[in-house]
Amino acid sequence: MTSSDPQKTAALTQTTELDSQFVDNLTRRRLQATLFHGIISLATAAVVTLLVLLLFKIWHDGQSYLNWDFLKNFPSRAASRAGIASALAGSMAIITMTAMISVALGIGAALYLEELAPKTRAGRFIEMNIANLCGVPSLVYGILGLAVFVRFFGFGRSILAAGFTLAIMILPIIIIASRESLRSVPNGIRMAALALGATRWQTTWHHLLPAAAPGILTGIILALSRALGEAAPLILVGGVTYIAFLPESAFDSFTTLPIQIFNWAGRPQEEFHGIAAAAIIVLMGLVLMTNALAILIRSRMERKHRW
Amino acid sequence: MPSSTLPQAGDLNLQAILRVNWRELLIVRFFQLCAWISVVTSFAIILILTIESSAFFKTVPFWDYLTGTNWSPLIEPRSFGVLPLICGTAVVSLGACLIAVPIGLASAIYLAEYASPVTRRIIKPTVELLAGIPSVVYGYFAVTTVTPMLQRFFPSTDVFNAASAAIVLGIMVLPMITTLCDDAIRATPRSLHEGGFALAATKSEVTIGILVPSAMSAIMASFILGFSRAIGETMAVALAAGSTPTMGLNPLTSMQTMTGYIVQVAMGDVPHGTIEYQSIFAVAATLFVMTLILNIFSQYIVRRFTRSWE
Repeated sequence: MTSSDPQKTAALTQTTELDSQFVDNLTRRRLQATLFHGIISLATAAVVTLLVLLLFKIWHDGQSYLNWDFLKNFPSRAASRAGIASALAGSMAIITMTAMISVALGIGAALYLEELAPKTRAGRFIEMNIANLCGVPSLVYGILGLAVFVRFFGFGRSILAAGFTLAIMILPIIIIASRESLRSVPNGIRMAALALGATRWQTTWHHLLPAAAPGILTGIILALSRALGEAAPLILVGGVTYIAFLPESAFDSFTTLPIQIFNWAGRPQEEFHGIAAAAIIVLMGLVLMTNALAILIRSRMERKHRW
Repeated sequence: MPSSTLPQAGDLNLQAILRVNWRELLIVRFFQLCAWISVVTSFAIILILTIESSAFFKTVPFWDYLTGTNWSPLIEPRSFGVLPLICGTAVVSLGACLIAVPIGLASAIYLAEYASPVTRRIIKPTVELLAGIPSVVYGYFAVTTVTPMLQRFFPSTDVFNAASAAIVLGIMVLPMITTLCDDAIRATPRSLHEGGFALAATKSEVTIGILVPSAMSAIMASFILGFSRAIGETMAVALAAGSTPTMGLNPLTSMQTMTGYIVQVAMGDVPHGTIEYQSIFAVAATLFVMTLILNIFSQYIVRRFTRSWE
């Protein structure tokens, strides 16, 4: 501080004041940053904890009820004798039916919209339509199934009606997943095939479809696993809870795992909660297995096609 | 284009080409049909809801339905005022959003900005797994875990109550909000980060002050979509919320939602053509219109307010 100029001294003290203000500010801002980091980490940890808690709770409640008899028995008024044979068979039959109906239709629609359709107003209209269908609650599809398949087509409260209802419900999901997968195929493949004189259909069938297959398959399996866990539309289409036989034809009445779980979980007795949890373990096992299958198929097929 | 390419060289087999094109036309027509099925579905939904609810509104005046505050469709004297159901739906869905929105946004920010690639690879599938769990499972969780927990803190809690339904519904909606917000934040251009850091902003300042505002339209849209999902959710709510239509706002009591009512009627075997049968179509139509408006609104927000980063 050798300067005798008072103005300079004043300026200097001002800077140190600003400096200390800045340092104070910085400490506060850093504290804020740490706090923010802490809060969002906590939120994420909460999400993971919830999942673990949920899985643990269900395993804890249900595993003691899970045995061979449980898989083999039919529903019963006594929890100790109740089983999920008819529910498991019903779920499997309906899922098979749903897959048979929705897969071809879904891929067909995706191919048309993505590859074959002229980009006209009609195409955009269909696209908008599919986007909106995705947001329709599953219950409304049940209402549709009740009015159209059960009553209008006269399928009755049957596996057939249930299969159609779920197929219509997952169709938009399959179409969107398939379109995304087709879109990710490099344009060079299209151009090369067309340049060699292949028709649009030949290009699509021999080149685009195989290249897009992993993505399409993943989309289909995920959609089916959603259908597997869905109960609301099936209750409207007429799923009942007490069925003491295995389905033999598509016109048989049905029950499914989610419907059975819904019924048991809604009862006040503790043992019924136990068998509900055991049924949940079976259902979740199936859902997780299909999801794992999707991942496996995708990684297997992706190794074959690499750009 | 292919149909206009006439064969010119002599050795081309005209018949083969024509056959291919004829077959191709057929295939394309078939696929076109597949695509139109979705349109047919939409129209069928609208048609059925209109026809069956108009039969309902012949007995129950539309205005009484929309403004009535007493819903007792199964017990005499009957009364069809939908407001208690809408009230139940609103309490449960808003409660769900109260949980899902902050946690969803926070975990999305963590995933998009803070998580290391390894952490991200672990947490992202976890969140997706949460989305893949069937609705009844959440219902079971609500009845056997959430409600007893609530009863410990608030002893007056009913066995079936709106709060437990709202909590599990929040967990169900959460993955969707997390995924959509995560995508939105990651879609903001790198230069925005760099600009913020170049001005010596801290990481949280960049995130809160720059990234979240610039992804705001998609974030808001995800909230609305989450709300719409919550309104349409059925099984968890039907299990946990109870079946008492009330106009009250106390979440610790039993309430009935629109979806809960439809399931209740569908579980009992209601004969075709009765007023109860028609009433589920009227309630479903109300539900359909509400979710449709919300979905279109969220699409509008994305279209109208999304900035393009050139």
